[in-house]
Amino acid sequence: YMRSKHADHRGQPHKKRRASESIEIEDRLESLICRVGEKSTSSLESNLEGLAGVLEADLPNYKNKILRILCAVARLLPEKLTVYTTLVGLLNARNYNFGGEFVEAMVRQLKETIKSNSFYEAVYVVRFLSDLVNCHVIAAPSMVAMFENFVSVIQEEDAPQVRRDWYVYAVLSSLPWVGKELYEKKDVEIDRILNQIESYLKRRQKTHVIMLQVWTAEKPHPQEEYLDCLWAQIQKLKKDRWQERHILRPYIAFDSVLCEALQHNLPPFTPPPHSETAVYPMPRVIFRMFDYTDAPEGPVMPGSHSVERFVIEENLHCIIKSHWKERKTCAAQLLSYPGKNKIPLNYHIVEVIFAELFMLPFPPHIDVMYTTLLIELCKLQPGSLPQVLAQATEMMYLRLDSMNTTCIDRFMSWFSHHLSNFQFRWSWDDWSDCLTQDLEKPKPKFVKEVLEKCMRLSYHQRMVDIVPASFAPLLPVNPLFVYKYMDESSSTLPGYPVTIAIHNAIKNRANNEEILNVLKDVPNPNQGDDDDEVDSFNPLKIEVFLQTLLHLAAKSFSHSFSALAKFHEILKALTDSDEGKLHILRVLYDVWKNHPQMISVIVDKMIRTQIVDCAAVANWIFSPEMAHDFTRFYVWEILHSTIRKMNKHVQKIQKELDEAKEKLEKQHRRRDSGDEDDDKNSDEDGLLEEQIERLQEKVETAQSEQKNLFLVIFQRFIMILTEHLVRCETAGVDSNTPWYKNCIERLQQIFLMHYQIIQQYMLTLENLLFTAELDHHILAVYQQFCALQS
Amino acid sequence: MAANLNALHSDSYIDISQYRDQHFKGNRYEQEKLLKQSCTLYVGNLSFYTTEEQVYELFSKSGDVKRIVMGLDKIKKTACGFCFVEYYTRGDSENAMRFINGTRLDDRIIRTDWDAGFKEGRQYGRGKSGGQVRDEYRQDYDPARGGYGKLAHLQRVADGRQKY
Repeated sequence: YMRSKHADHRGQPHKKRRASESIEIEDRLESLICRVGEKSTSSLESNLEGLAGVLEADLPNYKNKILRILCAVARLLPEKLTVYTTLVGLLNARNYNFGGEFVEAMVRQLKETIKSNSFYEAVYVVRFLSDLVNCHVIAAPSMVAMFENFVSVIQEEDAPQVRRDWYVYAVLSSLPWVGKELYEKKDVEIDRILNQIESYLKRRQKTHVIMLQVWTAEKPHPQEEYLDCLWAQIQKLKKDRWQERHILRPYIAFDSVLCEALQHNLPPFTPPPHSETAVYPMPRVIFRMFDYTDAPEGPVMPGSHSVERFVIEENLHCIIKSHWKERKTCAAQLLSYPGKNKIPLNYHIVEVIFAELFMLPFPPHIDVMYTTLLIELCKLQPGSLPQVLAQATEMMYLRLDSMNTTCIDRFMSWFSHHLSNFQFRWSWDDWSDCLTQDLEKPKPKFVKEVLEKCMRLSYHQRMVDIVPASFAPLLPVNPLFVYKYMDESSSTLPGYPVTIAIHNAIKNRANNEEILNVLKDVPNPNQGDDDDEVDSFNPLKIEVFLQTLLHLAAKSFSHSFSALAKFHEILKALTDSDEGKLHILRVLYDVWKNHPQMISVIVDKMIRTQIVDCAAVANWIFSPEMAHDFTRFYVWEILHSTIRKMNKHVQKIQKELDEAKEKLEKQHRRRDSGDEDDDKNSDEDGLLEEQIERLQEKVETAQSEQKNLFLVIFQRFIMILTEHLVRCETAGVDSNTPWYKNCIERLQQIFLMHYQIIQQYMLTLENLLFTAELDHHILAVYQQFCALQS
Repeated sequence: MAANLNALHSDSYIDISQYRDQHFKGNRYEQEKLLKQSCTLYVGNLSFYTTEEQVYELFSKSGDVKRIVMGLDKIKKTACGFCFVEYYTRGDSENAMRFINGTRLDDRIIRTDWDAGFKEGRQYGRGKSGGQVRDEYRQDYDPARGGYGKLAHLQRVADGRQKY
C-alpha cells in the first residue's frame, strides 16, 4: 500500500494525525505477528502469551486488521503453522466470538484460494484449520466432516484425476498434524476415509510418473509418485498409533488454558465444482538422494516413509518459498530450523534444494537462485555444508547413467557456476573412471559439458590448467574462428577473389549498393550459365559474404552484432528464401563451430532481426549436418531459446491486442455516460477498431507460426527416432543406446517445458503426428504427456 | 482477504542504492523514477581482463540479455573494470540483482546496481587518468585493475625517486 506523503495542510490536522497513527499501529501489529516465533531472549511460550494479550486488547479497534493479518500468515507462513494456531487458540480462549469470526474468515479464504487456482496455499489453509483442532478452536467432528466432503470428490464422474488428487492430498497432508486427535475422537470415520483413499490410489493411473522422475533406476532410492509416498507415510503413522514426535507444538504448553475454551464447528464445506478454468497442481515425484546410511555421524536421517521426513521436507520447502528472494535470510532461516539438533539438517537442506532444482517440468524458482543459496549456506556453515555438497555431487555423478537428460543439464549448469565461485577447485582425479569410457556415455559427456560451461565463465587456458593432464580429451577446443578463405592456400576456392573484394569494400566503408555489386561476381554453383534467375538462392554468395563479414567482426560479441546490424539489408536480401536461411546458419556453424556460445548469440540476434526465422533454426538443428552435435548441450540451449522467443513474441502481441480491446471498451463505457461528442467518438472508435483488426491478424499469424514451429520440431523428432528404431530392429541390436536415451528425453523435454502451449494442439498432434502407427516407444512419450493434466 | 503483508514480502536485494549519477540530465526525482523501472544494471569491480563473453554467460542466468556495453578507459579505450548489462524485462534484471550481485565473475566479487539507462559517453571512465574514479584514489594493489591506484602509484614513483 502507498502511504500518502501529500499532506493536506488545509484539511483537518487531527484527523490526519489519527489516520497516520492508526497506520503505524497496524504496521506494528503486522510486525509483531509476523515476527513471533523468531529468535528471542524470551521463550516462545511467553512471547505467544504476551502477544495474545496485546492482540486481545487491540481487538475492539483493530479486529478486522488482525483477522486479515492472521489469515495471511496462515496462508503464507506454513512453516510457522503451529506457532500461529497456538496464537489463535489463545485468542479464542479469551474471546470466543473472535475465534468464530476467524474460522469463518479462513473458510472464506479456502474457497477463494481454490477458486483462484492457488492450490498450494489452499493446502496450507486446510492444514491450519486441522491444527486448530489441536488448539481447541475447531471441534474434531466438524473437521472430520470437512475431510469426508473432500474425499467425496473421488466419486465425481468426469472429474480430472488431478482434481481428485488434490482433495486427497489436502486430507492426507494434514494428518501428520491432526491424525492423532481425530482418530481418538472419530476412528470409524477416519478409517472409512482412509479406505476410500486407499482404493482410489490403487486404481488411479500413473502413466505420467516416468516423465517426472529424475532417475529412471529404482536403486538406491525409488523416485516415488508423491501420493504413493505420502500414503505410505500415513500408513506407517497409523501403525505407530499416530505418534508423531517431530512437529513443534507450542499449544501443548497451554493445554490447561486451551481445553477450557469453547470450540467452534466448521461451516459445512462443499468443494467448489470443477470448472474449465481450474488448473490443478501437476503431479510430482518425490526426490530422494540420501538415507540413514549417508550422514556419517550425528543424528540419523528419518526413513523415506516416516512422517517426520514428510514434515521436515514440507517445512524446508515452505521456508524457501517464503524467503527465496533474499538469499541471506533464506539460508539463515533454513539453518535455524527448529528441531535441527535431532536431524542431519545439512543433508535435508541439500536434498530439498536439489529436489527443487531438478523438479520436472520446472523448478519452483529460477535456477540461479539455488546456486546462490547454496553458496550462502556454504558461507554460513563452512565447516560442514561444503562437504555434504561435495558428497551430493559425487553421488549424482555416480548415478548419471540413469539421470534424466533435463536434470543432467541443470546439474551441469549448477556445478559449473558453483565451481566458478570457488576457483574451479575440484578433485577431478576422483572422476578419472570416465576417461576410459566412450565419449557419448553420460559420465564423460557430463564432464565435457561442465568444462565447456566453465570455460564460458573463464577462458580456455584456465581449463587446461585446472584439470589433470589425463583429462585433455575432455577439454573444450579453443574457441577460435575458422576462416575458409584464410590465406593464399585457399586461393583456388571458388569465390576467393570476391572475399578479398568484400573485405576491402567493408574496410573502406562501401555502402550496401556497392557491396551487392561486388557480390554479383560470385558464381552460382546451383545454376547453369543462364543468368535469368539473378536473385535465386546462391549459397556461395552467402558463404563469401558472411564468412568475410564474421571474420572481420570476430573480435567480440559486440563486433559481430554491429556487423549484423550494419549489413542487415544485405543479409536479408541474401536469405530471402528458406534455403537461404538454412544456408546462413550452416555458414555460421562452419566459421564458429569451435565457439558454441558465439553461435548461440548470433542465432539469437538473427532471429530478433528477422534474418532467419524460428522454423529455419529448428530445421537446421535437425539437419543431417548437425547430427554429430545433436546431443551437445549448446544445440538444445539454442532450440529452447528459439522456442522461448517465439512464445514471448506471441504473448507480446496478444497483450497489445488485449490492451487495445480494453481501451475500446473503456471508450464505449465513457460514451455511455454521455459526456463526449459524436464525431470525435466515431473517429476514435474507427481508429481503435482498425488497430484491433490489425493486431488480431498479427496474433493469428504469430500463433500459426508458433504452431508450425512445434509441428516441425515434433515431425523431425518422429523422423529421426523412427529411423533409429527401424535401423536397430533390422540389424537386431538394442535400440537403447546413449544417443537414443538422449533423443527421447529431449522429446519429453519439449513436451514438459511447453505443455500449456502444446495442449492447444492436441487434436492436430493426435490426428497428424502421434497416430497409432507410430512406434510404441515414441507414442508412449505422447501418452505420458497427455496423462499429466488428465 | 489480505493479499500481501509488507513484513512478509521483503525484497531488499532489488532496492535502489544511495548512488546517484552526478552527470544525469534531470533532477533527483526523475533519476529515481528511471532507476525504479530500469532494465539496465551497472556492474562494477570487474577485472580489466574480464570479457564481454564472460559477462554474457553469467548474466544470461537471470534472463535474456539485450545488450552489454563494456566500460572503457577514456584515453586508452581499453577495458577499465565496469560494464552495463541491459535486459529485455525488468523481472530479469531484478533476478540479477537478487542472485548475481555479490557473486564471483573471473574470481572477483562483482557488484551490480540499477542504472538509469545507457547513453553514449557513459561507457567511459570519469577518473582524471582515464579509468574509473575509484581507481584514482584507492591505496591497495590490485593486479587485475592495473596494480596500484593512480595517485598511490604516482606517490610510489615519487617516493622511489626520492630514495636516490
